[in-house]
Amino acid sequence: MKRFIEKLVEGALLISGSVTSITILLIVLFLFKEASGLFNKPVIEEGYVLALNKSNPVKKLTSYQIKQIFDSEITNWDEVGGKEEPIELVRLSDMTNYYTEEELGAEFENIPAKASELTATHPGIVLFLPKQYVAKKFDGILLDHETIQPGDFFGGKEWYPTSTPSSQFGLLPLLLGTLWVSLGAILLSLPFGIAVAVYLAEISSMRIRNILKPVIELLAGIPSVVYGFFGLVVIVPFLQETFNLPVGETALAGSVVLAIMALPTIITVAEDAMRTVPRAMKEASLALGASHWQTIYKVIIPYSKSGITSAAVLGIGRAIGETMAVLMVTGNAAVIPHTLLEPVRTIPATIAAELGEAAAGGAHYNALFALGCILFVITMIISISVEFISSKKYNK
Amino acid sequence: MTPVINANNSDNKKRWSQAIAFTIFKMMSYAVVAILFLILGFIVTKGIGVISWDFLTLAPEEGMTKGGIFPAIMGTIYLVLGSSLFSFPIGIMSGIYMNEYAKGNKVATFIRIMTNNLSGVPSVVFGLFGMSLFVNTMGFGDSILAGSLTLGLLSLPLVIRTTEESLKAIDQSYREGSLALGATKLQTIRKVVLPMAFPNIITGLILSIGRVSGETAPILFTVAAYFLPKLPTSIFDQVMALPYHLYVISTSGTDVEASRGIAYGTALVLIVIVLLVNLLANALRTYFSKKVKTN
Repeated sequence: MKRFIEKLVEGALLISGSVTSITILLIVLFLFKEASGLFNKPVIEEGYVLALNKSNPVKKLTSYQIKQIFDSEITNWDEVGGKEEPIELVRLSDMTNYYTEEELGAEFENIPAKASELTATHPGIVLFLPKQYVAKKFDGILLDHETIQPGDFFGGKEWYPTSTPSSQFGLLPLLLGTLWVSLGAILLSLPFGIAVAVYLAEISSMRIRNILKPVIELLAGIPSVVYGFFGLVVIVPFLQETFNLPVGETALAGSVVLAIMALPTIITVAEDAMRTVPRAMKEASLALGASHWQTIYKVIIPYSKSGITSAAVLGIGRAIGETMAVLMVTGNAAVIPHTLLEPVRTIPATIAAELGEAAAGGAHYNALFALGCILFVITMIISISVEFISSKKYNK
Repeated sequence: MTPVINANNSDNKKRWSQAIAFTIFKMMSYAVVAILFLILGFIVTKGIGVISWDFLTLAPEEGMTKGGIFPAIMGTIYLVLGSSLFSFPIGIMSGIYMNEYAKGNKVATFIRIMTNNLSGVPSVVFGLFGMSLFVNTMGFGDSILAGSLTLGLLSLPLVIRTTEESLKAIDQSYREGSLALGATKLQTIRKVVLPMAFPNIITGLILSIGRVSGETAPILFTVAAYFLPKLPTSIFDQVMALPYHLYVISTSGTDVEASRGIAYGTALVLIVIVLLVNLLANALRTYFSKKVKTN
C-alpha cells in the first residue's frame, strides 16, 4: 500500500513536470493551425469576384497587384503581364455610369445580365462584383479562386488588413519595425548594462551592492504597461520637443523605453558571468603588476565574453517580445521605417492592437496568428542560441 | 635613470585610466538607479493626489474620467488567485520531480529546457494561445477561467525554477539522514526537504504574484473588459483588471486628457503592488532564514 502511494505520487509529479512541454507543443499546434488558415483565404474580399474580359491574357493577379490597381497605381494591363491596354476599373456602384437606373431594373434584377454584357464589351475592364450578381452564363473571366500566397505574407511590403477589395498582410514593415526598435534598445542599454555589471561584480563595496541589487530587481518588477505609461507622458513629449518632431511617438521612444526594460536582464546575466571568473586568474593578473582596471578589461571581460553575449541576446529577446510598452509609445504606423524618428509598428504591438477587431476565423485573424508564429520562432531561436552560447566555455 | 621614469609614467597613466574608468562605471550605475527613482518619483508625485478611499472603493464613472478603480482592483485579485491555484501546485510539483526524482537525468534536462523555452515566449503569444485554446476551442469565452489559465501558464516557468533552485540548495546529507532512519522517499520530501525549502519557495511564489498582477498582453483577449462596473458572479464572467485599465484610459479612453488623473492613480496602485510584493518577499526571506538557523 505504502509503495503504491509512493508510485502514485511520483506519477503525479511527472505529469506536472510535463505540463510545460505540453504547453509548448500546444502553442506550436494552435498557432500554426490558425496561421496556416491564412493561405487558404482568397486574395479578394470573401463573397466578391473580379471579372475580366475574355480576350485578356491575364489569368491571375496577386493580392498586391489588385491593391495597386484599385489605388490607381497600376493603370495598364502590361504592368501585370497583359497586353498594352489601359485598365478600366468598375465597381458595382460605377455601373450607373454605363447604364441608366431603368436598364438596371428597379430591384437591380438586371445587374447580372448587364455586368456580363459590360465585361464582354470592354476589353480593359476589371469589374469588382458581389458573387450574387454573377450571371449563370457569365461572358468573361472570373478571378475568384486565387488564395493568399506565402510570398504575399513573407515578402509583402504593406500591412493594410482592412483595405478593400484586397487586404494586405505584408510582414516586412512589421518585422523591420520590430528589429529597428529592438536594435535601438540594445544599443542604448548594452553599454549601461555592462558598466553596471562590472561595477557590481568588481568595483562596488558589498554594502553598495546590497543596495543596488534590490533596486535593479525592482526595475524588473515594474509592469510593462507602467513603463508604457511613463514613456507616453514623459519620454514621448520630451523627444518631440528635443527633435522638433510632428509626433513624439517614434521608434526612438520605443527604443528608450525598451532599453530601460532590458537593463535588469542584461545586468543580472552579465554580472553572474563576471562572478564566475576564477579567482586564480584575477590574482595572477594582479600579481603580474596589472592594475585592477587592466585586469577587468584584459582578463575578466574577455573571460566572461560568452556570458555578456548571452546577456545581449536575452536583452534583444526581451525587447522583441515586449508588447504593451511599445504599443503605447511607437505611434503604430505600419510603414517601413527609414529613421528612428518615425512612427513604427512592431509585431507584438500589431497583434495586441488588432486582434480585438479581427473576426475569428477571418483572414485578418489568421494573419495575426501568423505574426504570432513569427514571434514564437524568433524567441525560440533566441532561447536556443543562448543555450548554445552559454554552453561554450572560454578556451584560449 | 630612464627606465625608472618610464615606469613612473606608466604607473601614473595606469592609475589615471583606472580612476577615470571606475568613475564612469560608478556614474553609469547611479544613472540606472536615478532612472528608477525618476519613474517612481514621477508616478508617486502625480498619482498620490488622486488616491483616496473613494478612488479605491468606487467604480469608474462618466466615461472613466471620474470615480474609482474598485472593479479593476478586484479583477486583478481574482486573476492572481485563479492563476495561482493553477500554477502553484503544478509548478511546485514539477520542481520537486526535477530535483528529487529525476535529478541530473535526461528527463530533468528535457523539462528544464522546455521550461526555459516557455519562459522566453513573449506574453502576447500567450494571449494568442489562450484565446485560441481556452476562449475559442474550449469554449470558455472571455472569462476569469480563460484569463487565469493563460496567466497561470505564463507564470509556471518562474514557479518551477524557484522551486527547483530552493530544493537544490538543501544539503544532500539531510535527505540521507532521513532515509537512513528508515523514512521513505515521499516521507523525506514531505517532512524534511519541503519544510526546509519552504521559505525560498514562498519568496518565489510571491514574486510570481507580482509578475502576474502586472501582465496586460495575455489578458487582452482572454478576460479583460473595457468597462464593467459590477463585480463578476462566476468564473465565466469578464472582469476589469488594473494593467488593462491603465492601458485603456491612457491610450483609447473616451477622453484621454480628462482621465489622466485616474491613469496616474492606477499606475501608482500598480507600482505599490509591485513594491509591496518585493518588500514582502524580502522580509519573508530574512525572517525564515533566521528561523531556520536558530532551529
